[in-house]
Amino acid sequence: MLLTVLALLPIVGALVVVLLKGEIAKLVGMGVALSTLVLGVVAVALTISGQALSVSVPWIRPIGAYYALDMTTMDAVLVLLTVILVPVVMLAEWRVGESVTARGTTGGFFSLALLMQGLALFVFLAGDLLLFYLAFEATLIPVYFLIGRYGGDGRSRAAMKFLLYSLAGGLVLLVGVVGLYAVAAGEGQASLLIGDLGALDLNNTTGHLLFLAVFFAFAVKAPLVGLHTWLPDTAQAATPGTSTLLVGILDKIGTFGIIKICLVIFPESMQWAAPVVLVWAVVSMIYGALMAFQSTNLLRLVSYTSISHFGFMVFGIFALTTQSLTGSIFYMLNHGFSTAALFLMVGFLVARRGSADIHAFGGVQRVAPVLAGFLLISGLSALSLPGMATFVSEFLVMAGSWQRYPVHTAVITLGMVLAAVYVLRMYKITMTGPVTEQVSTHVNRDLSLREKAAVFPLLVLLLVLGFVPKPALEFIDESSTGFLSVAGVQDPTPQLKEGGR
Amino acid sequence: MINVLEIQAPTVEWMPLLPLLLVFGGAVVGVLFEAFAPRSTRYVLQTGLSILVLLGAGAAVLFQMADLEPQTIAMGLLSHDGPTLIFWSLLILFSLGGVALFAERGVGDGQSAFASSASAVPGSPLEREAVRLRREHTEVFPLLLFSLLGMMLFASANDLITLFVALEVMSLPLYLLSAMARRRRLLSQEAGLKYFLLGSLASGFFLYGIAMLYGYSGGLTLTDVAAAIDAGADNYWLLLLGLVLLAVGLLFKMGAVPFHSWVPDVYMGAPTPVTGFMAIATKTAAIAALMRVFYVGLGGASWDWQPLLAVIAIVSMILGAVVGLSQNDLKRLLAYSAITHAGFLLVGIVGAVEPGEGVTVSSVGAVAFYLLTYGVATLGAFGLLLTVRRSGGEANGIVAWRGLGKTNPVVAAVMTLFFLSFAGIPLTAGFVGKLAVFSSAFQGGFGWLVLVAVILSVVAAFFYLKIVVAMWFQDAEDDSDTVVVTPSLWTWTVVLVGVLATIVLGLLPGGMIELMNNFSEFIR
Repeated sequence: MLLTVLALLPIVGALVVVLLKGEIAKLVGMGVALSTLVLGVVAVALTISGQALSVSVPWIRPIGAYYALDMTTMDAVLVLLTVILVPVVMLAEWRVGESVTARGTTGGFFSLALLMQGLALFVFLAGDLLLFYLAFEATLIPVYFLIGRYGGDGRSRAAMKFLLYSLAGGLVLLVGVVGLYAVAAGEGQASLLIGDLGALDLNNTTGHLLFLAVFFAFAVKAPLVGLHTWLPDTAQAATPGTSTLLVGILDKIGTFGIIKICLVIFPESMQWAAPVVLVWAVVSMIYGALMAFQSTNLLRLVSYTSISHFGFMVFGIFALTTQSLTGSIFYMLNHGFSTAALFLMVGFLVARRGSADIHAFGGVQRVAPVLAGFLLISGLSALSLPGMATFVSEFLVMAGSWQRYPVHTAVITLGMVLAAVYVLRMYKITMTGPVTEQVSTHVNRDLSLREKAAVFPLLVLLLVLGFVPKPALEFIDESSTGFLSVAGVQDPTPQLKEGGR
Repeated sequence: MINVLEIQAPTVEWMPLLPLLLVFGGAVVGVLFEAFAPRSTRYVLQTGLSILVLLGAGAAVLFQMADLEPQTIAMGLLSHDGPTLIFWSLLILFSLGGVALFAERGVGDGQSAFASSASAVPGSPLEREAVRLRREHTEVFPLLLFSLLGMMLFASANDLITLFVALEVMSLPLYLLSAMARRRRLLSQEAGLKYFLLGSLASGFFLYGIAMLYGYSGGLTLTDVAAAIDAGADNYWLLLLGLVLLAVGLLFKMGAVPFHSWVPDVYMGAPTPVTGFMAIATKTAAIAALMRVFYVGLGGASWDWQPLLAVIAIVSMILGAVVGLSQNDLKRLLAYSAITHAGFLLVGIVGAVEPGEGVTVSSVGAVAFYLLTYGVATLGAFGLLLTVRRSGGEANGIVAWRGLGKTNPVVAAVMTLFFLSFAGIPLTAGFVGKLAVFSSAFQGGFGWLVLVAVILSVVAAFFYLKIVVAMWFQDAEDDSDTVVVTPSLWTWTVVLVGVLATIVLGLLPGGMIELMNNFSEFIR
């Protein structure tokens, strides 16, 4: 019940907000987002205290679909991410409707953001494959409008590209869903509950093919190289708030799905595909880093860093050890915060200057020191500086995968070095050096209180989780142990004593 | 010499035939109204009569559903079984929508979408006189009922000759109706003629196919054909030839590639209400007959026709989606959309999953559900096409729809809903329809076809989005004279039903799928 309310509240809120006008719409929207935040935290707290919140009601009997929601540990992590990021983005985009290029009002933006939030919560809480799929596909609609109505140049094209890529991925996932239904119905037990599907024997060609269909959708969502081209275009055209929601929350559905769907239903196929996917993930990571290094558009740059980091997460999942899986799940959370901070900060910067070209800036730290400071911290979290939460997760991934895949892990280290290079290059070009004439005329005010208030909580969270990761990690560890035991995968026996946490 | 006394009186089951008789009687009375009722009263009489007859027939079908004994009736000419009732109810529902759109007079200066005097030469003094007197053709209502009668017969025929007669009964009124548009009459007449010529050709093929099957099996009922196949009769090539020729006739009515060439022209030329009715009702009848003929009569030869239909499904989806991309006229675009949907429906038909142990979604149930979702959205969309107008009539160019999201958000939002349903976006009924046909195809062993269909539905989604983009992301042209006219209650009802059904069937489709699945067993 609580979970249903949690996921429906933003959707109902979205409908209310769209009917209101002006400042009231914005305030109501923010109110709904904050209520959802409170409700989400309560639900997570209840889950930690061991209360079962799940519901399961038959929904479409002939297909074996249930209205089933539950909250496991990993779900809780992503729910937290979702409920925190939406109010932050709203605060940061408080004036998005006043921009000349926007086709809608700020209230409209809030409404779409809330709609997306509710659907994303359904995705993260779904215990039934069809419900998962429905919510997964439905998130495309609000995001499509967010890009198309609030973006800058080329938004229409970008919105379409985003939609077609996601739809292609989503519909191939549909083949997987239909196929799983057919297999389950063939065994005489048509049920699309993820748990029931996990009990099917899919260690055969059909199983591998269905796995590929499902994995494809997630590889588009958490973009692996080759399936990624929609992301930089979208990030460039969309408003930074939209990009934050997209990369921070929605793209996590990709990595989330790989764990929650693929690992549970197709454990054998995961191992069968691992050698290829691991290389793919490493290539993705290096490619993203190199592209970020040569990007001249700040928004594209940030999106390429995310491609690199998604490669990291996928690598940690497919390495199939408790440590690396814990690292990946934790990374989902703090990558969400880190990329949100970076996107929003770059957004503030770009809004002042009116250009996203990296060479249009220079010496900003003299005129806007607070902005520069915030950007630096966000950047440091992206390059996984020790002390940042991102460092902990990257370290865990590498520590976990080192024993099985030493060569891959060595190459990944190179990716971390590249991360330092692209972040610091970006900072150097834009923030340091002499103040150019253009910068001094356009960047004439430092961060406002509202802008600080939006990004500050993210940076605090990154630092807190970086210095005191233990409670969160214990919580997540439980989840990854559970997933691996369901999948029937053993950790490699350690040659050295475990350490380094 | 036949001794009259030796002819036995045919046994006729009146109760199962009641829906057909009601529709037939209504149509005949409608013709009498045209002959005897004063001109000024005819509109009211005809609309009232049609609605009453349809509601009566619908109620009769529902009663029969509650207490169904599958049997062949009328001396084995018709089957009265689950699929018959399901398709009858769909056809009656779509006809109700059709009548409502036919009756719409609120959008074009208080006149219907039909020509004042269809027989007058366009632009002639005779026509001007008819327009001045504000005459209108109320014959369209009985014509619709006659066509419906043919469709209902077509959906239930167990006999090849009856099937052919039904085909003609349903087609002839449609040829006429297509040629009766008030605006752009030459285009409309061309559409009617084209439909007539190509339709006759297809009927010819169909009849030839019947002859071949008769030659093969020595009988005319589907049971005879099935028995001959089971017995392994000689001259298999006669069966194959008959099968292909029969398929040509049926696929023509469905508008599947390569028998689709009439679709865009007829959709565009015909009066919009007729297009809406024809688009969905003809398709429903053709599919009902196709499934009965292929499952019941030719089920034993499924290895021969499944690959054939699979290929036709694929080319229909491809051609509809790809050519549809380049269309700039909404009616043409919906025509190509209809071709694509014919392909998706064929995907559901190919699997040939019969109800039974462990089957929760049979082919008939899935296809019927798909038709329902497609039908309500189609009627609604054509209803909206009536309301968006410019000085010369309806504004069907995409350009005219630009910026509608700003000027008339309600119409734009409803149209968006229908298009999302066509595209099969989740939470709309169209999605569940696709899910159902894909499920049955997968169970029938056509997983690869599902994959192809899914990929092509992305391409198809692109062209629906073209209109969504135009409405929401683009501004109206400066010299645009597009106006949204508020229609009468008729159209509103159709649109409202479409919206509600699209949402409800998208969210809670379980009961409806189950119902259709329970009525999906053919009598053999």
